[in-house]
Amino acid sequence: MSDPAEQLEAFLQRVPYVRFLGMRAELSGDEMTAILPAAPHLVGNTFLQALHGGVIGAFLEMTALAQLSVTQGSAKVHKTIDVTIEYLRPGRPLTTYARADLRKVGRRVANVHVEAWQEARDQPIAFLRGHFLLSDPK
Amino acid sequence: MTDIPQTVPDIVRQMAEHMATTVPQAAALGFRLVSVEPGRGSISAPWREDLVGDPDTDVIAGGVVTSLLDHTCGLACAAAAGTEPFSTATLDLRIDYMRPAAPRAGVTAAAHCYKVTRTIAFVRAEAWDVDNSDLIATAQGAFVVNRPNT
Repeated sequence: MSDPAEQLEAFLQRVPYVRFLGMRAELSGDEMTAILPAAPHLVGNTFLQALHGGVIGAFLEMTALAQLSVTQGSAKVHKTIDVTIEYLRPGRPLTTYARADLRKVGRRVANVHVEAWQEARDQPIAFLRGHFLLSDPK
Repeated sequence: MTDIPQTVPDIVRQMAEHMATTVPQAAALGFRLVSVEPGRGSISAPWREDLVGDPDTDVIAGGVVTSLLDHTCGLACAAAAGTEPFSTATLDLRIDYMRPAAPRAGVTAAAHCYKVTRTIAFVRAEAWDVDNSDLIATAQGAFVVNRPNT
């Protein structure tokens, strides 16, 4: 199972929490765009109709893990060591997109940056920087 | 008024209890309020099959812990308000994961808002599965304070 598309589909199908979020992903070569359609259960502030900050963070983290599963060719879920989430704009009740950039994939640890946006790529709503422990080192 | 009060005013307590469990994302994750004290809050999230992050181990997803920590930090901020409640928005949140939760275990978080200025609240939080001396994650965050009439 080394085909990136199969790898990605396996990851998305296997993880129950991905289905809870309603997260999908599209692949162009080995570059993945994660997609999170707006849904009532993701709202954190009904007054402002804003997505929950935790949901945005979780979506970014799942994007990093999905991209790692595509690139590393492992069906196992890698483990998060730490994440820093920076919020730039409120998440509106719109579809959110995210792309992960694997800055360094070492033998044991990967450094990943993820960016999330909604209507315009040049107006990101949040960033995540994180370290992940690779469960199946190459 | 930026000092953290000695007691939690009733109106702030009601607002805090409301936000802890009835916000849609909190309700969807089944959050339960554990406690509210001045500048402090605690919430638990039960384990559920549809919230599993690793199907090989049945461990609850890191994303649930992220939402729980963010939400509990928000609760601690709300509990740091004086007689004039304010709302908050997350500016940044750093989470360290010490270890995965136990298989099929729920998670409890406790947060402490230790400083509030006119515009920013500073918060630390911890999460554990079984024993609060054996943590699964710690967090540090800064929150923008939105005061009414400012």
